[in-house]
Amino acid sequence: MSLLRAEDLHKSFGKTHALEGAGLTVRAGEIVAVMGPSGSGKSTLLHCIAGILAPDSGVVRYGDRELTSMTDRERSELRRTDFGFVFQFGQLVPELTCLENVALPMRLSGVKRKDAENAAKDWLAKLEVDGVADQRPGETSGGQGQRVAIARALVTGPKVIFADEPTGALDSLNGERVMHLLTTAARETGAAVVLVTHEARVAAYSDREVVVRDGKARDVEFAR
Amino acid sequence: MSIGHALLGLLEGGPRHGYDLKRAYDERFGHDRPLHYGQVYSTLSRLLKNGLVSEAGVEAGDGPERKRYAITDAGVTDVERWLGTPEKPEPYLQNTLYAKVVLALLSGRSATEVLDTQRSAHLTTMRDLTKRKVDGDLADQLICDFALFHLEADLRWLELTAARLDRLAQEVRK
Repeated sequence: MSLLRAEDLHKSFGKTHALEGAGLTVRAGEIVAVMGPSGSGKSTLLHCIAGILAPDSGVVRYGDRELTSMTDRERSELRRTDFGFVFQFGQLVPELTCLENVALPMRLSGVKRKDAENAAKDWLAKLEVDGVADQRPGETSGGQGQRVAIARALVTGPKVIFADEPTGALDSLNGERVMHLLTTAARETGAAVVLVTHEARVAAYSDREVVVRDGKARDVEFAR
Repeated sequence: MSIGHALLGLLEGGPRHGYDLKRAYDERFGHDRPLHYGQVYSTLSRLLKNGLVSEAGVEAGDGPERKRYAITDAGVTDVERWLGTPEKPEPYLQNTLYAKVVLALLSGRSATEVLDTQRSAHLTTMRDLTKRKVDGDLADQLICDFALFHLEADLRWLELTAARLDRLAQEVRK
């Protein structure tokens, strides 16, 4: 039973066809790597299935709901309650401390400050960055910042985490650590992960891979 | 891997008998390929003949007598020379995968399929190594990383070749 299923997605930016009939399926709790060369459409695919971008045509289903027919507001609500996001960089609010950044998604959902910050502290500790809780993102290293971002993605207990090149700006050692922590935390909480990467060593942390080439995704599970 | 040099290196810590050496080797370097006893004793007798180890007494026990071996000065010099000599980088020029891609193109079969099948096999191995690394100690991590970086290099080649297939098809069909 698939948790997330995209069928025949098309998306163009002007004259550039980013997706040309891409399909993908993600089951609950599985870690899927989306691979492919630069410009193949893998990030566009991720943005479409995460409800950030609306495809020109095609259908994205999340459980028994159809993302592609939701209003912007409904999609935005779903992203906040069920999805978590980790990007390459630029995702933390620079004016807030790391603790406030991690607590932010819960605060936006109406959780009291104290409860949100307690949950945030727990996640920062799990990701071994509780030492930077009171620092601002600009005062942390790249690896620490990425772990804070993962804590923020996980704090609301999402069903799916979308990670777009989460180790792209890190050296090998920090990248390995971030992948280990991300996948361990996802497996512990039962969250599925859609991981966009062009690095095979990063993809090797997944359960299976989907290759995107020329806007089409080759997903062997899709046919099942 | 030169087993003789590895055994000599292990003997630098002090004299040992053959069984002890095999255990130390397997623990540190054996992983998927432990040494056979025959290999250990034939290597030791060669090292003995070449004056790189000497017999250092016999350990009496319930079972058969066990000879202890010690490294000689010539052995230490040999280990030093080995450690200081770089391993020859493999040129990898006789590449089976390249041949498969060319033959697929020449025969009108799908070269993309060849590349995708290989990519999938590589990633399966990389996943197994990653699991072993995550569950293992630092020695496991380093050994697995060595293999992972090499497999990753293959995958980068597969990716680059996939991007150049149209051009390659034109060239091989000339």
